[in-house]
Amino acid sequence: MKPHSGPIRAATAERVQPVNAFLICAAAWAVPGLGHLWLGRRQKGIVFLIAVPLMFVFGLWLEGRLFPFQISEPLVALAFIADLGIGLPYFIAKSIGAGAGRVVAITYEYGNAFVIVAGLLNMLVVLDAFDIAKGRK
Amino acid sequence: MTSHLGLMIVFALFVSTVFATLMRDDPKQQLMFGARLFAGFIASGIVIGWLLYPLPL
Repeated sequence: MKPHSGPIRAATAERVQPVNAFLICAAAWAVPGLGHLWLGRRQKGIVFLIAVPLMFVFGLWLEGRLFPFQISEPLVALAFIADLGIGLPYFIAKSIGAGAGRVVAITYEYGNAFVIVAGLLNMLVVLDAFDIAKGRK
Repeated sequence: MTSHLGLMIVFALFVSTVFATLMRDDPKQQLMFGARLFAGFIASGIVIGWLLYPLPL
């Protein structure tokens, strides 16, 4: 990964210093791309803001399921954690009754893959925002 | 749209877009890297699909 050159990195770190990096991570988790927008990385923020929620919605459209937290089923619990990675869209989808998942639908497993991977990608986006906030990139 | 190949292409498009944006800073480099990632996803999907074809499952 090619890091930003010295002056840009220093400028970002300086700009972010007054704000808690963990607060930026929370924002980045809640709304995909918001952390990057907050940190002044507009282009990246807009791409994440569009691509990640769109992938999540596409997964729901394919009748994927939003998994519940079920400790007795470790794989379901892991899928729940991955789903939760998307942030607020998870709770919005839950509140409107989306993500029930229709097991007999031909696209059910594909939908699950899209929803789970969207959550995992947002976790990577949050880590990237954290690195930028700490001045490492 | 709901064929296996079609969904694989859409999946590869989303993942390569996010990865390229994460891993490169310059938009031109992002585009090049994203295109290479996308082609790699599709090519490996097709190759692995054909390798699995003879398996009796």
